[in-house]
Amino acid sequence: MARVELKSVRKQFGPVVAVHGADVVFEEGSFTTLLGPSGCGKTTILRMVSGLEKPTSGDIEIGGNRINDVPIHKRNLGLVFQNYALFPHRTIGENIAFGLKYRDVPKSEMARKVTEALDIVRLPGVEDRYPSQLSGGQQQRIALARAIVIEPDVLLLDEPLSALDANLREEMRVELKTIQDRIGVTSIFVTHDQSEALAMSDKIIVMSAGRIEQVGTPEEVYNTPASEFVAGFLGAANLLQARVINRDATHVVLETAEFGQTPVPLSHAATLGQSNDAKLMVRAEKLTLGPKGSDGVAAKVEAVDYQGQLARYFLRVGDTQLQAMNMIDGAPFGAGETVALSMNPDACAALPVGGPA
Amino acid sequence: MQCFSQQGGFLLPDQSHSIDRRPWLLLSPALVFITVLVVIPMAFILVYSFYENIDLAVDVPAFQFGNWMELLTDGYYHTAIWKTLRLSVIVTVLAAVLGYIPAYVIAMTRYRHKWLLLLLLILPFWISFIIRTLSWIHIFGNQGALNGLMNLLGLGDLQVQLMYTEFTVIVGFIHVFLPYMILNVYVSLEGIDRNLEPAARTLGATPWQAFREVTLPLSLPGLAAGSLLVFVLTGGSYVTPLILGGPSDFLFGNLVYDAVVTELNWPMGATLSFALLILLGSVVILYSRLMGMNQLAKAFG
Repeated sequence: MARVELKSVRKQFGPVVAVHGADVVFEEGSFTTLLGPSGCGKTTILRMVSGLEKPTSGDIEIGGNRINDVPIHKRNLGLVFQNYALFPHRTIGENIAFGLKYRDVPKSEMARKVTEALDIVRLPGVEDRYPSQLSGGQQQRIALARAIVIEPDVLLLDEPLSALDANLREEMRVELKTIQDRIGVTSIFVTHDQSEALAMSDKIIVMSAGRIEQVGTPEEVYNTPASEFVAGFLGAANLLQARVINRDATHVVLETAEFGQTPVPLSHAATLGQSNDAKLMVRAEKLTLGPKGSDGVAAKVEAVDYQGQLARYFLRVGDTQLQAMNMIDGAPFGAGETVALSMNPDACAALPVGGPA
Repeated sequence: MQCFSQQGGFLLPDQSHSIDRRPWLLLSPALVFITVLVVIPMAFILVYSFYENIDLAVDVPAFQFGNWMELLTDGYYHTAIWKTLRLSVIVTVLAAVLGYIPAYVIAMTRYRHKWLLLLLLILPFWISFIIRTLSWIHIFGNQGALNGLMNLLGLGDLQVQLMYTEFTVIVGFIHVFLPYMILNVYVSLEGIDRNLEPAARTLGATPWQAFREVTLPLSLPGLAAGSLLVFVLTGGSYVTPLILGGPSDFLFGNLVYDAVVTELNWPMGATLSFALLILLGSVVILYSRLMGMNQLAKAFG
């Protein structure tokens, strides 16, 4: 277990900059997610920590020691790959014991540790099988067992769930988090799946185009995104053109063509700055539809996407298209209906215009 | 198709019938070719090995074991078998070692134009095998490039006589058969998951340990296939020792050539050919048993 710190780490592949000077701290024992679309540099950061890539400049520290020049096999890290990367010519037992061979573990102790690791991932008794005899989900558990049995300082997870099918993925993410809690290892998790990131992380690092957009807890990142990119990447957000018309000690008042004046709490406008142009972010689930004539702005339902307990509405207010997600109470509103839209300003956020998105 | 119902599904009563017949139907062209071009000619050769040769190119149909007895009792033939096996092993081992390295480099390179490297590998096949073999005379011959270079360097006194020795035969074989080894090893290396070596590295293996524990065992099927190919090709050839070897550098194949072409003793030639077939055939069978290729194949599911 150890704290990992990146100090202005930059990585360049030929003319392409994969990571622009990143300063990140992965706290000891925490579960931190690097979240972003493909090509945003998240995997590159993970590979630099593991030693599979060398930073172009900057320092990487594990437990306070600079490890830039420490070879991969001396870093004591557990790495779990998206495609499991189990050794197909070795049994499950041999796969898990692989890392123990290089750590002067006595033979008897080795067998005990393998059994223990299989218990942790809830697959006891498969030591003598070959990887190809297990399902994808089971193989991924073995890959995890192989990574944690060496008691690594840091556990690195490179999209470990994305090769699994949807139901299994949700089951495994709960389990992965439980195991991480139990052994308490510092974990760095790479994913492009926002729901995985929100569900599992102590801290999320949102990345885009090689830059860190925001660092925060899942709630912070979701409720008070720092940029349009973050707002759009996590969940469904409506971003409306707005003008700042007033600032006081507690609120910033934004004016939009669709909703008029909206007082946004200052805590939800941290990155706004002094500009008078802004974007008002309203989460789709925070827009509430009411029957025609009730309080709110008149909107027309253009399409309805029925999802069982939820309905996603595509609405039009003037020239603007909006999305709303509401629980279905009775029957959902139908396409073509006129409804009244309302929202709670405290659930909105004020963002600066532009950014890499 | 008869076996499909109108709904497009299988009709149950017909099912076993059609499943039995179809693979044979698909195999039949190959089976016909093998029967006509391999099995029947080999049967002729076997029958011919019992004929008696009474004069140059004069054979009498018979069923006698004179030719086979000669093969089993004459030490000359035993020497040839020994020389053939020995040289085949030497060439195979050298080709395995020398071929693995370029195969590994081509498989692991991040160079964008990998096809170019593979093309270079196949390029020698565009030149006749005889010409490629003969070209060594210009390098190792008395007036060849090597001795010319020695003269230029003022080492003229160290004239080396390399031509027409076992060494040149080995060089000739390696030159011609190495691409077969490289391609076989390359294909099996190419099929290995790129994450396996990094996985071994993060678990604590040095680069060499990761190679030895992961990449090497996983590439063994290709190495085994390439080795078998080179061994059989070497064991069955006669042109390379004929061109590059001295009088004592003959292989079993040269005896077949001598019997059939020089002595016009077809029954003996037939006996020797069949003996070579049995020899190389048993090596193939023994080898696949020992290497346990089936076991390895199982590991890949």
